[in-house]
Amino acid sequence: MTNPPGPVWPIREAVLVCVGPGPDSEKLVRRAARRANQTGAPWHAIVIETPSMLALPESARARILGILHMAQEMGAKTATLTGQGAVEVAIAYAREHNLGTLLVGRDRYRRLPWQHGFAEKLGRLAPDLELLQVARDDEEPGTTQSRFVPKAWPSRLAWRPYLWSFLVVALVTAGSAPLHDHLDLANIIMIFLLTVVFAAVRLGRGAAALAAFLSVESFDFFFVPPRFSHAVHDAQYLVTFAVMLTVALVVGQLTAGLRFQASVASKREQRMQALYEMARDLSSALNLEQIVTICQRFIKQGFNASVTVFVPGLEEQLTLAEGSARLEAVDVGIAQRCFAQGQSIGLEMGMIPSSHALYVPLKAPTRRCGVLAVVPDDQTWELPLEQKQLLDTSASLIAIALERVHCVILARDAQVSMESERLRNALLSAISHDLRTPLTVITGLTDAMRMAIPALPEPHASLACAVRDEVARTTTMVNNLLDMARMQMGNIVLNREWQTLEEVVGISMSGCTPLLAQHTVRIELPADLPLLELDTGLMGRVFHNLLENAAKYTPPGSQITLSAHQEGDSVQIVVADNGPGLPPGMEKELFEKFTRGKMESTVGGFGLGLAIVRSIVEAHGGSVWAENGPEAGARFVLMLPVGHPPTIPEEF
Amino acid sequence: MTDDQSPTILIVIIEDEPQIRRFVRAALEAEQYVVVESATGARGLIEVGTRRPDLVIVDLGLPDMDGLDLIRDMRVWSNLPILILSARSNEADKVKALDQGADDYLTKPFGVPELLARVRALLRRLVRTHADEAPTVRFGEVEVSLAQRAVTRNGKNVHLTAIEYRLLAQLVANVGRVLTHRTLLRDVWGPNQSDNTHYLRVYMSNLRRKLEHDPNVPQHILTESGVGYRLVLSQDE
Repeated sequence: MTNPPGPVWPIREAVLVCVGPGPDSEKLVRRAARRANQTGAPWHAIVIETPSMLALPESARARILGILHMAQEMGAKTATLTGQGAVEVAIAYAREHNLGTLLVGRDRYRRLPWQHGFAEKLGRLAPDLELLQVARDDEEPGTTQSRFVPKAWPSRLAWRPYLWSFLVVALVTAGSAPLHDHLDLANIIMIFLLTVVFAAVRLGRGAAALAAFLSVESFDFFFVPPRFSHAVHDAQYLVTFAVMLTVALVVGQLTAGLRFQASVASKREQRMQALYEMARDLSSALNLEQIVTICQRFIKQGFNASVTVFVPGLEEQLTLAEGSARLEAVDVGIAQRCFAQGQSIGLEMGMIPSSHALYVPLKAPTRRCGVLAVVPDDQTWELPLEQKQLLDTSASLIAIALERVHCVILARDAQVSMESERLRNALLSAISHDLRTPLTVITGLTDAMRMAIPALPEPHASLACAVRDEVARTTTMVNNLLDMARMQMGNIVLNREWQTLEEVVGISMSGCTPLLAQHTVRIELPADLPLLELDTGLMGRVFHNLLENAAKYTPPGSQITLSAHQEGDSVQIVVADNGPGLPPGMEKELFEKFTRGKMESTVGGFGLGLAIVRSIVEAHGGSVWAENGPEAGARFVLMLPVGHPPTIPEEF
Repeated sequence: MTDDQSPTILIVIIEDEPQIRRFVRAALEAEQYVVVESATGARGLIEVGTRRPDLVIVDLGLPDMDGLDLIRDMRVWSNLPILILSARSNEADKVKALDQGADDYLTKPFGVPELLARVRALLRRLVRTHADEAPTVRFGEVEVSLAQRAVTRNGKNVHLTAIEYRLLAQLVANVGRVLTHRTLLRDVWGPNQSDNTHYLRVYMSNLRRKLEHDPNVPQHILTESGVGYRLVLSQDE
């Protein structure tokens, strides 16, 4: 950034909280989250990696990163920044992101007059920012047990740099000793300082400090007269020692600090590079298999571990992702638990001690889309915090890639089913057209014959009438067959509308008029029936078939009654007749395809009518059954759910 | 139509199926109409443009062009009655065709009596609009006088709400003709209610209760499944 960002322009509330090593960081984050939620404001949580913070023990840094993670889960935008002064970095961040309010802990008492607290410094340097100081808990630092303190990471005994440091100083002393007569003592000091710088650059902070002390010691012992003694003739040398020690320590510490920061930066860059490469690869992945391959490669390179990817199948049960090998150490049960809880478990996470794998949930914005089971290649595998963060970040990237592929599949499936639906409809329309055209022609031609002037003589006139009736029956059968085919070929797509029952019944009645000519039909529909959400065409077919059925299987002159009433959440509709009733034991079978009440009957039909009735009623979420009435005749009973009928505005 | 005093009535049939054309022609010619056949939409448009018929019968499933396009084209320059023939599988097209200006429809397979009834109703409406008489209609026990805004049943006044009356007035003004849900909703409730077909159903049910002899088996205010409603004056139509 070449230009520092201008002062904050407070268009809306936005909160920034800095997470530091202090004991109240966790409380600060919670307070910031509460405040942001109350006002609906966005909030950011940042960690500033200053040299002093980098020098903290790993457990303290783990705690800070843990709190940052918590802030992220609570909805904060988080960032890790680097800089020399925390105050300056925080102000620059606030201005850059236009965050008007800074939440900080109350300053501790001043130890020394020139020590200024974080809040005080902020106030002085950035008068445009609003500062909120959060009350401090009166606990001794160190007694606060945060739940974010993980077990201490096992650290190898790092004695090697110190040995090297010792050897280097010894070597330099041995090398310089012969030069004692030719060189000024001042130059010898310079050689030792150079040694300290070397130790700082190559061996680290502690080794540099050791080198500083050893240098002063050896300078005193080997070079300052009297030589080979700690005694000093000239008291002025004491000043020399003091200055030399100070300079050596300061130079050593600065150099080591810089080197440490550089190495941190380069590691971070490596992580970013790896993430960037994975993100790039993932963005071009087209299917699950590719994502799994990328994921395996990345985990292998970045973490020296193998990975198994699980994706949710039916009913959220995890299954192995395509192209992912099942590793021996991986337990599907634990993976399932990880998926359900949405938290990493296993290995270092302290939850399942005997586990040999780490399970990381893959969380996409809209849903959880799987679990990553990471199995380390060697037993002494460790996951430093930064790596853990990297793993989490890569898990989100993988999750988003999986989500994208999932959406692609959904869209493709939708398209395929749309296409097959279209084909199906086209096919049925074609068949229906081809079957109906001759029926139309025969109907029309027989009508023309019947209505011819002069009228046809008998018996030709009644023959024409018979043809006309047969055509009507064939038409009904074709309609039934086509309906059944339509229902068998795919899911019934209901075109539901809020409808009055009397209208549906009315439609079926008008279609049945010739069939019912020899029967009496009574319709008993109360005026207060609720509206029902029905597919008018299909439901009309149901009543048509039931009425037709009743007319076919009862002798002429019988009475057919269609009645309805509301029963709780359902409307019960009964089509009853006073005919011979159903053959006992046939009540269920009647609704099967190609089943007819009387096998050797002169009544025409395929036995499809009731099967169609059942399919349609069940598609509406209702049920249908047949029984014999209390007195005589058959009863067909339909139960249809009422649902939530819309209200009709009252007319005024 | 023996009582028809007007000169010859010309009807154009646009239908690709020769057998259907044949019997429709036979049926219409038996009623003294003059019939012109056309097997394609393009040819049909030319026939309609040059011969100026009194009525057009159009099949929706034409091989050379979409029946809907044909109707739209015709409606641009002509107001003549259009009767559509449709197979049961293209219900949606049928409603679209009616919304675009077709006047009535027949679903295949249809009988000759139905065909003749529809043709007569359409032609009569044509005559009436020419005569521009004040419509007073009677059906069953009911008499509706649009001029006086009066509805009586067996001579007694029937109280209708404002919406019920507007609905009835639309049906009466279009006697014998099918009115689609969309048309009725637009004309009675206004353009913003075109999805609320259940309003229509509830008010139709009220109207039937007030005007029909047996509202469960309506004789006059008929439902056209999936399409709309139609008012018929007597059962032989």
